[in-house]
Amino acid sequence: MLLLDRDGARSDEWTRSADAAAAQGGRTLVDFAALPEALATTPAGQPLGVFIPNTVTASELAPHLDRLALIVIAFPSFSDGRGYSIARALRREGFSRTLRASGPLIPDQFAYALACGFDEIELPDTSASRQSVAQWLGAKTHLPSTYQRGYRRDGNILEARRQARAAAAPAGNRPA
Amino acid sequence: MYRYDEFDARFVRDRVAQFRDQVSRRLDGSLTEDEFKPLRLKNGVYLQLHAYMLRIAIPYGTLSSRQMRQLAYIGERYDRGYGHFTTRQNLQFNWPKLRDVPAILDLLADVEMHCIQTSGNCIRNVTADHFAGVAQDEIEDPRPVCELIRQWSTAHPEFSYLPRKFKIAVTGAQDDRAVIKAHDIGIRILRHPATGETGYEISVGGGLGRTPMIGKVVRDFLPKADLLAYLEAVMRVYNLEGRRDNKYKARVKILVHEIGTEEFTRRVDAEFARLDGPAINADPEEVARIAAYFAPPPYEALPAESAALAAATARDPNFARWVETNTTPHRAPGYVAVTVSLKPIGLAPGDATSQQMRLVADLAERYSFDELRVTHAQNLVLPHVRQDELFAIWQALGPAGLATANLGLITDIIACPGLDYCALATARSIPIAQAIQQRFADQQRQAAIGELNIKISGCINACGHHHVGHIGILGLEKRGIESYQITLGGDATENAAIGEILGPGLAAEAVPDAIEAIVGVYERERRDGERFIETVRRIGLAPFKSAFRELFDAAA
Repeated sequence: MLLLDRDGARSDEWTRSADAAAAQGGRTLVDFAALPEALATTPAGQPLGVFIPNTVTASELAPHLDRLALIVIAFPSFSDGRGYSIARALRREGFSRTLRASGPLIPDQFAYALACGFDEIELPDTSASRQSVAQWLGAKTHLPSTYQRGYRRDGNILEARRQARAAAAPAGNRPA
Repeated sequence: MYRYDEFDARFVRDRVAQFRDQVSRRLDGSLTEDEFKPLRLKNGVYLQLHAYMLRIAIPYGTLSSRQMRQLAYIGERYDRGYGHFTTRQNLQFNWPKLRDVPAILDLLADVEMHCIQTSGNCIRNVTADHFAGVAQDEIEDPRPVCELIRQWSTAHPEFSYLPRKFKIAVTGAQDDRAVIKAHDIGIRILRHPATGETGYEISVGGGLGRTPMIGKVVRDFLPKADLLAYLEAVMRVYNLEGRRDNKYKARVKILVHEIGTEEFTRRVDAEFARLDGPAINADPEEVARIAAYFAPPPYEALPAESAALAAATARDPNFARWVETNTTPHRAPGYVAVTVSLKPIGLAPGDATSQQMRLVADLAERYSFDELRVTHAQNLVLPHVRQDELFAIWQALGPAGLATANLGLITDIIACPGLDYCALATARSIPIAQAIQQRFADQQRQAAIGELNIKISGCINACGHHHVGHIGILGLEKRGIESYQITLGGDATENAAIGEILGPGLAAEAVPDAIEAIVGVYERERRDGERFIETVRRIGLAPFKSAFRELFDAAA
């Protein structure tokens, strides 16, 4: 497994555990099925993460967002784009901690994943062995501007046009 | 016409550079073919039966002479000197080499064109009424909203890996010339009955293919300012809920069908209610900036009827027939829209040579404010022509094989490329279209039959729109032999309907006879002034079925 964030490869501080019983001590990532038990047994203050299939909705997780330090969304294949919409919905629900995409994504999806709210990508070895970290970081910058509002803070074309209009407007017409 | 600003221009250039890098990563093995495939498809590159195919977007079917000339040049330089205009207002080249594609994309970027999202499981090139801004029955020009959607849908971070392709069409007129009910989303501009304000009626879940369905209205009246947020809500519901277990059940029409229009609408409305609309929608200044590009050209003040035209039609009956058939009333007095038929008898429907493209570009520059349109029926349009100039245009088109007077008639056939080009096709389409055209080549006969739309698809995917043809022809393969199934009663207009199957499949040679038999029933049964489709609706399928049965039994 290779873990990447917007700056490059990084080490994984989380230990994945199939069941809640093992979620004792350290930063433990449990499967969605084990989440209720893990929530009940993990001491407050101990970091807890959950790994969800891309069929789990943001509203199912909503009651627990305060307690979660990491949500990992599975991408069963790079062409299954459900995870992007789940990430968007989780951010809208107010989840502000780490969001990870896990699966065989390709470098050309890096910018999209970041735009939809992911912080990091976890790649299987088969993908990582073909696609270097340098390729991932390169592909991330391919389209530095976007037309959609609300997905990226930088490089938004509609915002740039809005600012250009404001700058060109006579001083009296400028918004305060 | 819309003109790129610095951001649009930069974006398209960046996109070409990105594709070059993707190609090189495919070549060095970093990307597998499975990984590369959606990337090339989203840049319009298909692997077809014999070669690669490149599909170029002509957003909402509008282009300039300069753009058309560039297409002609690409056709000559990188293909075999012609291109194929499709039912989705795209242009396809059938023989480019993969290594030339980045260079072609650069040439397109030079004239503000691209191949972005002409294929793949993403929001495709947005289509529109080809008489947008011109038609007398229009409430509002749909192209500004098409351009807004084009930008919003381009490289969308959340909606670029959808369950399946996603098609949007927009019309601003009462008569639907954009087949909106056969699209994943159909948008109709209309006036609010109480306030008179213009807004959008939104339909979702139309589509042809193996499960043809007519789109369902999910919102009677959406205020214009809310459009992008509403589209985001529809797309998010589809992205999360659309089926991915079976590619044939992955289109949004299946989702709408399986959960019901009411439940689908409820989910979209719930999502829409949670969105921060003002943060998503384009601001009014941006909408106005785009709309300004579609302001009407500086028409001259002309009398409604041209004396020169009247004199020329009185002089030349062939010209008169062409004017009668291939021109459409215009909102500006003294002007008409001219449809240049790409359906001459015996050639492939929708094909144009580079020379023909250049001629039409020259005519547009001289006579139509430098503007052209591509229609979903695979013809070209000179949208703003002075009636006084029609004779000169007709004379120029004639020697190039472009003055066929058959718009809307039995030889104005929509046909997909079929087994001659397409990797998916199971039967030929082009030779069937040619055989029917030859059978009904007589112009007076065509005129006597009147409006009749034949649409032919070479496989169940229905690129030739056969389901919505007055007469639809679907080519299939049965035990190694091409077989053609005929449907009747389809309609691509605001009265959208899916045709019904007439009977068992026929051999290719029998198709013209079958069409003859169907037309024969119509000629016998029609009342004064009744169009083919109206007769079919009035008398039902039974008389056609029995004529078809006789033909089939005689052949057996």
